Amino acid sequence: MNESVLKTIGVAFSVCLVCSLIVSISAVSLRDLQNENKLNDRRIKVLEVADIKIETDQTIAEQFSKLEQKFVDFDTGQLMDEYKNFKIDDYDPIIATKDKNLSSKVPQSDDIAIIKNRENVGKIFILRDDKGNIDKLILPIRGYGLWGTLFGYIAIEGDFNTVSGITYYEHKETPGLGAEVDNEDWRKSWIGKKIYQGDEVTLSVIKGKVSNDDPSKLYKIDGLSGATITGRGVTNMISYWFGNSGYGKLLEELDYES
Amino acid sequence: MNLKRYQEVILKPLIDENPITLQILGICSALAVTNNLTVTLVMCVAVISVISFSNLFISLIRNYIPSSIRIIVQMTIIASLVIVVDELLKAYDYETSKRLSVFVGLIITNCIVMGRAEAFAMKEKPLLSFFDGLGNGIGYSLILIGVAFIRELFGAGTLFGIDVMPEWYMGNNLLLLPPSSFIIIGLFIWLIRSFKPAQLEEDDYDVSIHSTAPNLTKRDLNA
Repeated sequence: MNESVLKTIGVAFSVCLVCSLIVSISAVSLRDLQNENKLNDRRIKVLEVADIKIETDQTIAEQFSKLEQKFVDFDTGQLMDEYKNFKIDDYDPIIATKDKNLSSKVPQSDDIAIIKNRENVGKIFILRDDKGNIDKLILPIRGYGLWGTLFGYIAIEGDFNTVSGITYYEHKETPGLGAEVDNEDWRKSWIGKKIYQGDEVTLSVIKGKVSNDDPSKLYKIDGLSGATITGRGVTNMISYWFGNSGYGKLLEELDYES
Repeated sequence: MNLKRYQEVILKPLIDENPITLQILGICSALAVTNNLTVTLVMCVAVISVISFSNLFISLIRNYIPSSIRIIVQMTIIASLVIVVDELLKAYDYETSKRLSVFVGLIITNCIVMGRAEAFAMKEKPLLSFFDGLGNGIGYSLILIGVAFIRELFGAGTLFGIDVMPEWYMGNNLLLLPPSSFIIIGLFIWLIRSFKPAQLEEDDYDVSIHSTAPNLTKRDLNA
């Protein structure tokens, strides 16, 4: 009797029904916890790149509140406290890039980092010193590497030119080669480098090692061996995000004010 | 309840019928997730729970599964369990789940799970199948933990991420790369088979005597 067509369809259907119920119940009931984990994971990355030591006896959210979050309008370079109806904690620029009203297409000639759509308003993090002056800015950056888009944060100092840290929280680069962007030693080599020479974004990842007596060594980062294209992607990402269509205008404004 | 039978299905897969060293199944994850003990332990718990419960559920409905679609029914149950385990990990141990990445999902293709479902759960009673899954999962875990212990201790000089080797010890990077588990698993198999000669496989072919060679017996050639 087990082999009749009707029975076969019946069994297949009921197994699928029960299994899909179980899967969807677990997915829905655990979603909040998972989202919180993802958010915390990003926040830990931001804290790390800002060089804030993570204490185990405080929650990540508490420690994260040391940082000020601001909206930034890319077109005017203004910092904003409010943007539409968004709560700043919930605003995700990456999600905004998928909404036509919140993002704009990057013209091909301008799109060196291949990001396609850029959000109209970004979100940055500010660390202030005791006197209330800007100590560090933590800026989200992204751009195409070899296999996919790299998402990360770069921290710059109060002179709006010196790098104080870089980190990637998501990428698809080749393990052992391009994925060495996660390598701590390489990330440390960014500290103290300068982004702008005059008004030009000059900082770039070169091929090979930066020699010690190179007069422009402050604007060069050691290449990762076997990861030429990833390195090029990182360079393009810096050029784009610190250029005029990225944070260029904001940094100019801030520099003006201080 | 035949207690002896239960004891047998749990204890046999540990050494005598170990899924990795005797049946050479589940090697893929044994290579991929054994460079750190914490990650390995989480993976082991995931595999043990998937095998046990898939065996239990498949055995529960074994009399109703038409044989023409039995494999896909087994796969559906196994895949659902793996997704649930993956969701649980993402919710309660995000750090480890990030490091395990695709390998949790790949439990679906772990031959041990499918093998036990097809070979055991389709024939035996639910509870017995559950314990059979438990035994096989633990057998798999024993080897994984052994491999991970050696790889992490000598590769990185740490255990569970804590430094244990003296200051002067230089980690052996080869051990942190996947191919090293091949070597370690091979050594385990050698070790087990030298204590349990019953596991030795027969030669696939006879060594024949070269026509122009002196008249040696097979024993001389093997010596």
